[in-house]
This record gives sequence, C-alpha cells and structure tokens, in this order.
Amino acid sequence: MLNVLKSREALLAASWLALIALAGSITPNFVSIQGLRDLMTDLSILVVLAVAQMIVILIRGIDLSVAANLAFTGMVVALLSVANPGLPTVVWPLVCIVVGAMVGMLNGALIAELQIPPIVVTLGTMSIWRGMIFVISGGSWVVQHQFPEGYLAVPRTQILGLTLFFWIGLTVAAGMWLVMTQTRFGRELYGMGGNPRAAQYAGVRVKHHEFWVYTITGALAGLSGWLWTSRYAMANTDVAAGFELQTVAACVIGGVAIAGGAGTVIGAVFGALFLGTLYNILPVIGVSQFWQQALSGAIILLAVYFNMISRKPPVRRILPLASPQGAGE
Amino acid sequence: MAVHENTTPLVELEGINKIFGGIHALRDAHCRIHAGEVVALVGENGAGKSTLVKTMTGLYQPNSGTIRVKGQAVRLATAKAASEYGITAIHQETTLFEELSIVENIFMGHPRTKPSGLLDWAAMRSEAREHLERVNLDVEPTTLLKQLSLGQQHMVAIARALAEAADVVIMDEPTASLSSNEIEKLYVIIEKLRDLGKGILFISHKFDEVFRIADRYVVFRDGAFVGDGNIAEVTEHDLVKMMVGREVGTVFPKRAVEIGAPLLEVASLSNGIEFKDVSFTLHKREILGFYGLVGAGRSEVMRAIMALSPYPFTGQIRLDGVPANWKICGDAIDAGVVYVPEDRRNQGAILPLSIRDNIALPSMKRLARGIWPDKSAERRLAQEYGRVFEIRAASIEQPVEDLSGGNQQKVVLARWLATNPDVVIVDEPTRGIDVGAKSAVHEALAEMVEQDLSVLLVSSELPELMGMADRIIVMRLGEMVAEFTRDDFSAELIAAYATGARAPQPAREVA
Repeated sequence: MLNVLKSREALLAASWLALIALAGSITPNFVSIQGLRDLMTDLSILVVLAVAQMIVILIRGIDLSVAANLAFTGMVVALLSVANPGLPTVVWPLVCIVVGAMVGMLNGALIAELQIPPIVVTLGTMSIWRGMIFVISGGSWVVQHQFPEGYLAVPRTQILGLTLFFWIGLTVAAGMWLVMTQTRFGRELYGMGGNPRAAQYAGVRVKHHEFWVYTITGALAGLSGWLWTSRYAMANTDVAAGFELQTVAACVIGGVAIAGGAGTVIGAVFGALFLGTLYNILPVIGVSQFWQQALSGAIILLAVYFNMISRKPPVRRILPLASPQGAGE
Repeated sequence: MAVHENTTPLVELEGINKIFGGIHALRDAHCRIHAGEVVALVGENGAGKSTLVKTMTGLYQPNSGTIRVKGQAVRLATAKAASEYGITAIHQETTLFEELSIVENIFMGHPRTKPSGLLDWAAMRSEAREHLERVNLDVEPTTLLKQLSLGQQHMVAIARALAEAADVVIMDEPTASLSSNEIEKLYVIIEKLRDLGKGILFISHKFDEVFRIADRYVVFRDGAFVGDGNIAEVTEHDLVKMMVGREVGTVFPKRAVEIGAPLLEVASLSNGIEFKDVSFTLHKREILGFYGLVGAGRSEVMRAIMALSPYPFTGQIRLDGVPANWKICGDAIDAGVVYVPEDRRNQGAILPLSIRDNIALPSMKRLARGIWPDKSAERRLAQEYGRVFEIRAASIEQPVEDLSGGNQQKVVLARWLATNPDVVIVDEPTRGIDVGAKSAVHEALAEMVEQDLSVLLVSSELPELMGMADRIIVMRLGEMVAEFTRDDFSAELIAAYATGARAPQPAREVA
C-alpha cells in the first residue's frame, strides 16, 4: 500500500513544487521569502480544513457545513473579542474550538444517531449556521479596527521565519497523521470506510466513532474560524462562502477516495497545498478572474480522473497466474 | 461427547426467539457448546443458522430467551461485548477489509497498543506472522488483503479468530470458498483448537465435513431446534431426515421431454482471468447443470455469455447456428437469452418497485403502445406469471421488498420468463429460500421446459442439479473438469471432481 500511495503523494508534492517554480519564473516576487511566507500563511487554513474533511470522507461521509461553521464560529469569536477586548488572546482559539466542536456534534448526532445521510444533514446545518450569523450579528460586519490588537497580531507572530498560521497548520496535520496512522481510533476509521459491516462485526463502535469524527471536523472548522477572521480581519455572513467545496476538492486531488475507505492525511495536505497554491497563482500569472474558477474546476476533474484510473477495482482471478491465456491450444 | 453432559458449557442458549417483521426466524432455539468439542450446526437454508450465529455474536438481539457464558446469564449487546465474553465468529459474508493489510485485518477491533496508547505495529506484525504460520499462510503480514485469493483471504479470517484468543469459535460455512487442500488444513486447525480446549461451532450443510470433524450435532429446522446428539450415534440419513422433516429422496418435478436440436453452442470460451476453454452445447428443451465450488468460474462464464463481463473473451457463441456478437446484455435479451443472477437483492429484484413493475420491466417495450406503457397489459402479464410461480403477496402492486426471499426470487424468475425467452440462465435460483418456494421454482422451470424453454442451471446444491438437470458439467478453478449425463449422475463422483479430489476427465468431444 505504502508504495502506491507514497508514489502518488510524491507525484503530488512534485507537481506542487513545479507549480511554485512556474509561478516564480513568471513573477519572481512569488518565490521571495516574503512571498513564500505569505503563501504558507494563506495555505494553512485550507490545510486544516482539508484534513478535517478527509476524515469525514474516509468514513463515507461528507461535511458541507465546514465553511458555514468557520464563518459562524468566526462571527461568535469576533463579537466576543469586540465586547471583551481585555481577555488574553489564547481565549479566542479555545472558544473557537469549543463552538466549532458543538456545531460538529450536532452533525454527528443527527448522522450517527438518527442515521440521516451526511449530505442532507450538513446541507441543512450549513444553512442553519449561515443564517445564525445573520441572527447574532444583525447583519452587520466586524471589521479590522474593531478587533483587539492581539487578536490580529498574535497569529502573525513569526517563529523560525514562519507565521503562527503555518505552525498551527503543520501541528494539525502532524497530529492528525499521528491519529490516523498510529492510533486505534484512526485505523478503525479506515475499517469503517472500507467495509462498514465488517467493522461492526469486528466490534468497532461505529456510531461512537462517527459522532466523534464529525465533532473533530467541527472543532477544526471552528479553529479555522479564528484563523480566517484574524487573517482577513473581518467577520460577516459571507465569509468563506463556497469554501467547503475547496476542502472536498483538496481531498480528492490528494487521493482520498470519495467512496471512502482509502486516503491519507499526507495526501490531503498536499492536495490542499496544490489547490491553494493554484488559486493563489492564477491571478499572479495573469489569468483573468473570469477564467480562474473554470480552470480550477477543470483541474479538479482531471485529478479525480487520474485518481480513478490509478484505483482500478481488483481483478478477481480464478485461473492461476502461471497459465497464460489460450495455453494448451 | 457424553463426558460433557456434567460440565458447564462455554456457551448455552436457551429459549431464544427472534422475530423479524412477523416472521419467526428463531423459535425457542437452544444450543450448547462445551470446551474441547466441535459442534456441527446443520439445517437447510433458512433454518435459522445464520440468525443464531448473529445472536451469539451480539449482532442481533433476541426478542426473548437466555444466553449463558460459562453458566452466567449475559446480554450480548454488541459484537464487542460478545468478543469480550470470548465468542468470535468467522462469518459467511466478507467481514474483512480489502484496502487494508493482513495485520490490520487481523487486529481490527482488538489492536495491540504500546503503554503510550499508540498502536504497537511491531508487536502486531510479529504476532500476525505467528497466526499466519498456524494457518499455513506464507505471505508477508503487510500484504494488502485485496492482493490475496479468496481462499487465502478466508485463511486470514481464521487467523483473525485465532488472534482474538476466543473460547468459542463459530465458523459459518467455512469451507465454501476453500479448495480441498485448504479444507484439510482447516480441519487440522480445528482439531488443534479443540485440543486447546476451545469450543467450536461448525456450520455446514456438507455431511462429509460434519462427519469428518464434529463431535456433536445440533439440527435446526424453520428456526427451531429439532434434535442433537453425538455424531458417532447418527447416520447421514437420520440427519437429512431431521433437517428436512420428511423422508428423503425428495421428488423433483422433472418432466420427460424430448430433447431437441443444438440451440446455444459455446466453443473454447476463455478470458485469461476467470475461465479457460469452456465449451458446451445446450439443446432445445434441455436443462444443462453447472456444478462447482464457490469461485469455480461458473457465474463468470454466464456473465461473459450475457456480455456482462468486464473482461474481453475469446471463443465463439452461436445461437441456433448464428454467431452471436452480443455487445451489451440487451442484445442477448433481444436474441432470446436471459439471465437470472445469483444475487437477487442487488442484481435481480428492484426492491422498492411493485411486483407488476418488476415483472413487466423487460417486457414493457413489447407491451407498450408507442411510447405509452400499457398498464393493463402489464397487469395481466404480472398476474399470469404470478399464478405460474405461486407468488404469495397481497396484490401485484405490493413492493417487492415486502416479500419473503423466496417470493422475491419467484418475481425475478417470472420477470425473465415473461419475456418469452428461448434460453434462460439461472444462477443459484433457490439459494436462501425455503422449501416451499424451492419446489415452486422447480415446478415452474419444469413447466417452462415443457413449453420449449432451454435452461442453463448453475447451482451449488447437488440434489437440485441431480434432480432437475439432464446433464451436469463440473467446473473447478475456471475450467471444465467433468461432464455427466443423467444416467450416470453420482453425487460422490461429481463432488470429487468439483473439489479436485479426482483429476479432470480427459477432454471429451462436446457435441
């Protein structure tokens, strides 16, 4: 398994680097220290959400509410920070994680306990939380000068030349990699995605795991709410609209099987890096705004197709391999 | 063995009732398994064997009754609970993970962890290697399951049960997909387990296996316990009688018809992957049977004929002397050849649709007026075939999913026979349906043959083939290994060829 996946991931990593090199050759500024630092800062949010989406897709689900969760949580924390500017900055990410997790728990409860299909549940909660932003904010925006100073400054703190955004993205990815490869919970998720009935027979607590997967995804979406509001210094009803589809696309590009059961954290991370970089590069290399959306859609389709042909259904051989076709005649 | 009578059983089921939507799947069932014995659970399809297994492994909750583990009444709420009480099962359906490695398949649900709580891959790998050695499977534990053959995968399932260190191991038809060689290995493993003091529940409807390996037997019929005892004190004849509930020598409704000219000629069909050099001729009004173990390639041949196979093949197919160049399944159907697949829930019936819709589906075009379907003609057709097959339903507008398995199968058969085909290929037409439905299916087939139909009958039930077929072709590992005509049918010989106990017959000229 490792060989196939590793080569797929290596290929993806190489195309990502090639993409950056291409952009650099057209716009040298893109590969300057500052340019790369900005790129990594930008990409961290998509990385966090792609990893969050990956574990859901792995168990044959989907979470279309991640961007709405991000926007809602972002608004909650923005309003709180405006009202309580004196609180230490560490409070905000914690609030975000808790609120996001609660949003995720609602998804998890509806899906695991009531057995409503994930696409239906998360489409519904997507609308609910987008609507709730309006309700709690009265439709007004929170803009740059309203945020407490630390709120915007702290995530921009540089450690070893890279912003805290980058380090958070890396930590989430590394943590999730650890969970998915080295813990019982993670491996049982692979089992659930590959063969849900067999997982049940093997004693995997399917409903329990399902609930917690959506909760974790919600918590990460909440964390992204903090990252997003501080990165763009803004909270409103339309924040990250449509971003949920980018997270799904990043997973697909990263080789996560849309039917569940197969995919890696590393793949999802590189899928996010590739897609995020692409979105960043298109305007830089002068692709018109009109074409950007269409072009990235085409690239996603292409990635899905390559994924498909590299994952052919196993051939159920009956004849022994040794005898070539038509032997004996 | 009688010595166990006074010891506490490892597991004991008493008065178990399980009801599914008004149907009594288990009625006052009881069963005991002691340490160090192999208990054979025998019964026909639909006798409640699998339901019993699922009740013992926590997958089903009984409506009433008691389950005792080592004398203690317990509730097995989940599979996990059952495995914590030391009960594990190797299920009939695939319960493995194709995308994962052997190691993960063995330890899914009960992994080895380091003190830190993280998985201990090294320990699992080495332990897996030991278990693989015990089942004589010489492959790296990190191999992906999907790279193994069906038989090897089954060995992994057994290794999994060993790794769980269970006291009671339930094996639900463990030999169905194994070669005779692998079956022998399995016997050795079972004997080892028994000597270690485990209790084994061995489910099979092959009597040679039961007599070879079991110490005690338990017979179920229609969800109820009908008897048990020591294997040494029973004959095969007694067991069959208990199983079926009537004297054996079941009468099959085969009718004497005059077999006609060659109709479907298949010559040297090969696809390099699933089957090789398959040649046969089906004559008019003939029932040609195909016997073999699961995975012998019979269904694959039939799917290739019907243009349903994903793999290209070489060889010729002629219908009535005309070369058949069927590109899609619809071409074969238009030519008068229809296929009733083995998996009726996924490939046969369209469950949410009514009986009428299901039966009329492929005949809709023929019955329609232009682009408008003729509902009343469809209704007449469905009613007519509903009568022929004795479909039991409130009305023909009832959704097929509400019917019993046997009646669902009748609907699927009715659908294809209603197209007025010349050739029908039926794949395991009576698997998992009750005795009454079985004989209705047989009756309908016999009647259709009388009216000029020719049948390719794929079945794993030898009595059915011997009762209904004019000739039987035996396949093994993708090749034809023997052919019998009705006069020299012999259950022992046919089974011997199918399992590889006998070398293939020399290739004979096929007319």
